Amino acid sequence: MCLAIPGKIIEIDSQNPQQAVVDVVGVRRKVDLGLLQDDPPVPGDWVLIHVGFAMSKISEADAADQMRTLTMLGETEAAMQEVRGYGLEIEEQDPLGQRRTP
Amino acid sequence: MKFVDEFRAPELIAKAGEEIRKLADPNRHYRIMEVCGGHTHAIYRFGLKDLLPANVELIHGPGCPVCVLPMGRIDDGLSLAAQPDFIFAAFGDMMRVPGTHGSPLEYKARGMDVRIVYSPADALKLARANPEKHVMFFAIGFETTAPSTALTLVRAKMEGLQNFSVFCNHVTIIPAIRAILDSPDMRLDGFVGPGHVSTVIGCRPYDWIAKDEGKPVVVSGFEPLDILQSIVMLLRQLRKGEAKVENQYKRVVPWEGNRAALRAMAEVFELRPYFEWRGLGFISQSALKIRAGYAEWDSEQRFTVPGLRVTDPKAAQCGEVLKGVLKPAQCKLFGRECTPEQPVGALMVSSEGSCAAYYNYEHRKPISIANAATN
Repeated sequence: MCLAIPGKIIEIDSQNPQQAVVDVVGVRRKVDLGLLQDDPPVPGDWVLIHVGFAMSKISEADAADQMRTLTMLGETEAAMQEVRGYGLEIEEQDPLGQRRTP
Repeated sequence: MKFVDEFRAPELIAKAGEEIRKLADPNRHYRIMEVCGGHTHAIYRFGLKDLLPANVELIHGPGCPVCVLPMGRIDDGLSLAAQPDFIFAAFGDMMRVPGTHGSPLEYKARGMDVRIVYSPADALKLARANPEKHVMFFAIGFETTAPSTALTLVRAKMEGLQNFSVFCNHVTIIPAIRAILDSPDMRLDGFVGPGHVSTVIGCRPYDWIAKDEGKPVVVSGFEPLDILQSIVMLLRQLRKGEAKVENQYKRVVPWEGNRAALRAMAEVFELRPYFEWRGLGFISQSALKIRAGYAEWDSEQRFTVPGLRVTDPKAAQCGEVLKGVLKPAQCKLFGRECTPEQPVGALMVSSEGSCAAYYNYEHRKPISIANAATN
């Protein structure tokens, strides 16, 4: 839970600027940007994500380091499961993180 | 030292190891506490102990949220969830933590609606999608996760979502460190400070440890090199007879923390007068409760909570391990009655728990760093 997941901001929701789509090693999910409102990230920025909320902005190199740390800790699978669990929409998936429909 | 080649920047790792041996006074025994469970996990996984001289001892701290949660709180949460049309939502880490009558997962097997969520925002979505049911998010964690719960409550209130509440077990790290320093059977020389908690609270809250207690603190990242560098920085201070707060994890941790996150916490939470911690007992002002302005979304204010106090199974020595008085393998149940598959105590459940880390990397399958690096 204390390990943070690095992701790249792909798109900020035009209706709700506190929601963004991030890419975490190819998986795209929505995260909440509300905790970065003092220094909001823009598309292309890298962030560390804790439990679905972007918590800090980091450099691309640090994002790569963080992903490597997760891999070395054997946490990649748990991290990706977590990322898949941040549902884009509730209809897309059941709460256990498994997608119902493609 | 044979595994060192597999690290990133192996020459730096080797250099840090040498530096530690140079700095450590052979006539002195150093006891350094890594506060954060993420660091504990990394230390075991990377076998960092093997790179340290015998007189530099790492003591595992209380920074594992599921480990410090007393069983009574789990029982309380599960007892609320027995109501009809009720969904109990919690992080995956919580699911196998034993309550008196079973873990959340075992309650699920008995028919209770228990869901794993990965974010408090997902619990909010569950509530929107299930308007006929009440969704209770069983919140745990230090300052790393508390701001996310806070912001979720702000959003729930703004939306006027009626069927959502939070059973708040959020705790704060500073009072736990104070309790450990006040404990008469504990002698520590310095602290490897938590990385991601400090992203939120910054480095200032540790000032008193240096100024009043005379112990150095180095806020650290999670890579092997980060942790070793932090130990070097601690030993340098100890050698010079200094005690200050330093930030090894500058690339992520701002000295002032994350003000937006602190504001969200202050909006939603206030300090509880006291809270029970497994192993550390009742600690004053060590946990967060939901403010009156958010009472409607506070499970404890909305429902009747039994307020159970449950002592841990007698034979289990989770408390002593949590305080750093015993090593995991010194507990009578370790590796026999208590394993990650059949945990008796919470420290065996979470990957951040020192018992699980010790069991997985030292006891069951001694893993070389070579394997870890190529995974």
